[in-house]
Amino acid sequence: MVNTADVRPKTKQMSNLVYKYMRPEHLPHIWCPGCGNGIIMRDVAQAIENLGLSRNNTIIVSGIGCSSRAAGYLDFNTIHTTHGRAIAFATGIKLANPTLEVIVIAGDGDISAIGGNHLIHAARRNIGITVVVMNNNIYGMTGGQYSPTTPKGAFGTTAPYGNIDRSFDIAGLAYGAGASFAARGSAYHVQQTINIIQEGIRHKGFSLIDVASVCPTYYGRKNKKGSAVDMLTWQKENMIPVEKAEKMTRQELKGKLVLGIINQTQYKEFTFAYEEMIRRLFEEREKDE
Amino acid sequence: MGKVVLMQGNEACVEGALAAGMRLYAGYPITPSTEIAELSALRLPQVGGKFIQMEDEIASIACAIGASVAGVKSMTATSGPGFSLKQENLGYAVLAEIPLVVVDVQRMGPSTGMPTSPSQGDMMMARWGTHGDHPVIAICPSSVKEVYDLTVRAFNLSEKYRTPVLLMMDEIIGHLREGMELPEPGSLKIVDRPTVNHPDSKRLPYRMKPGQLVPAMAPFGKGQRYNITGLIHDESGFPTNSTDEAEAMMSRLMHKISDNYDDIKDVVTENLEDADIAIFCYGGTYRAAKTAMEVAREKGYKVGIFRPRTVWPFPEEELREASKKLKRIIVAEHNYGQMLLEVQRVAGRDCEIGFVGKWNGGVNKPIRILERIEEG
Repeated sequence: MVNTADVRPKTKQMSNLVYKYMRPEHLPHIWCPGCGNGIIMRDVAQAIENLGLSRNNTIIVSGIGCSSRAAGYLDFNTIHTTHGRAIAFATGIKLANPTLEVIVIAGDGDISAIGGNHLIHAARRNIGITVVVMNNNIYGMTGGQYSPTTPKGAFGTTAPYGNIDRSFDIAGLAYGAGASFAARGSAYHVQQTINIIQEGIRHKGFSLIDVASVCPTYYGRKNKKGSAVDMLTWQKENMIPVEKAEKMTRQELKGKLVLGIINQTQYKEFTFAYEEMIRRLFEEREKDE
Repeated sequence: MGKVVLMQGNEACVEGALAAGMRLYAGYPITPSTEIAELSALRLPQVGGKFIQMEDEIASIACAIGASVAGVKSMTATSGPGFSLKQENLGYAVLAEIPLVVVDVQRMGPSTGMPTSPSQGDMMMARWGTHGDHPVIAICPSSVKEVYDLTVRAFNLSEKYRTPVLLMMDEIIGHLREGMELPEPGSLKIVDRPTVNHPDSKRLPYRMKPGQLVPAMAPFGKGQRYNITGLIHDESGFPTNSTDEAEAMMSRLMHKISDNYDDIKDVVTENLEDADIAIFCYGGTYRAAKTAMEVAREKGYKVGIFRPRTVWPFPEEELREASKKLKRIIVAEHNYGQMLLEVQRVAGRDCEIGFVGKWNGGVNKPIRILERIEEG
């Protein structure tokens, strides 16, 4: 194990979030140079810092894939589960102890392919967990296979002639399934994404933040998207704030991504409703006695 | 004397689980285990516990594991097709050492099979269903009373050894109704996992202190911050690629069960003292075997019963010992011959092994076992 002191930065540029919320002995991370996941992990840590959440009371749950490694780097109670099942594990943790702040960090394949069923049902149930998706449009860990968010026509190692599937809009999918909070951020839009994740955690109910990541190693290379900087520049130039998008036509929005909180509605959170039911049963029993 | 009640096997499972301290159940409807979900939904909120009907079988076991990680005793129940679906996460709970009870009320398979028909066709899946080498504790009750008692034992073993325990019921026992005496309140021995509650401690979460059976487990949110993973990990709970550390971890997992064989084993024998024939049976099949034994005894055959209630780990020592005095062992089970393979392996050199199986959805009747005894 590496001594924490050995990895302390020589400059002040490295975020103090690393010492407060990460496990420096498990860094550096395994993500490729230029990967957007590190930025998104930092956004999550910053949102937690801004909200002043307790480290002991915050749980990070991940599935399998590049995104899932975030759980190991963050210094909370962390659980790296099976592929696609992070939301189902998180449901058990939240239901067992609703006072916990439960945050799921997942990838696009993890959450919308193998874990798609858990995503839509957690959204429907409105259980108070926050899901942050590191959406890089590809299966990175296994070497660049197309995922449910790979655009039609794009290439992957399993789409050598171009992807003929249509792709999911994960934020839209969650909204359609009844998520009371559905939003999109990006690796480029750091400040906006931190704010959105903060709002998502604060929201009482199921919240999903689909964060556009970048995978220069696989998605970028396979699809000639240039360097990580080029891919982030694409996000800068093609993501439209939700307020502006509302005034645009479908045609104008083609090929763009909407940035911001797409939907936020308040209705009763699942574990709150369950505990209300328990209280009602106890009160009725007391009356009978 | 405790209160005597008329109860169904599936109901006794829920009442036993509640007595053992279950406070969360996650499940998905499937015949013939559904009554376990239904009664859990009714009873859990009455004691301040939680029931959740998940979107599928995989989510159910995942949710139960999550609850256990947060320090709440949990259970999920299913039947054959659902048990197949749960296998991956079952292995997760074995590797990450999460206490949990998984009930399989077996029905005839493969595939959708015959959903309301008796079977014991999942016995080998219980042993080898999840991928990779792993230890297993699996328990088979033969009466409603035993369902209650052995559900309590399943929870106790899972807490003591930090491992999922499989309660392998079958349709006969799940749907059987009979009278049973509830234990006197406070008379049950309830085991809770060893825990630690120091949030900022630097303790290695998977390191054992001398004399401990398993490392103490910090409940999420109430104890030390640490990492849980389904990857092979070292004592810090973080992944390792070291073959030495992988071997240390795997052998600790294996040994925590094999070294405690005497505590985990549970065999009931009847009339073996003078017997030269034994019927090897478990679960619902015992009821036919018992009648066959009684009738055979009346006819002058020296027949006894060897009945494991803990089927995995397999009771090798007891069966090997018993087989030395026996001429024949007749294995009776509701499948094409699964535990038969184990009996042949352990006792095949000392005695002749006969088989009375049933794999058509019907019931293994006493007359068929009796005929096999009389065939000689």
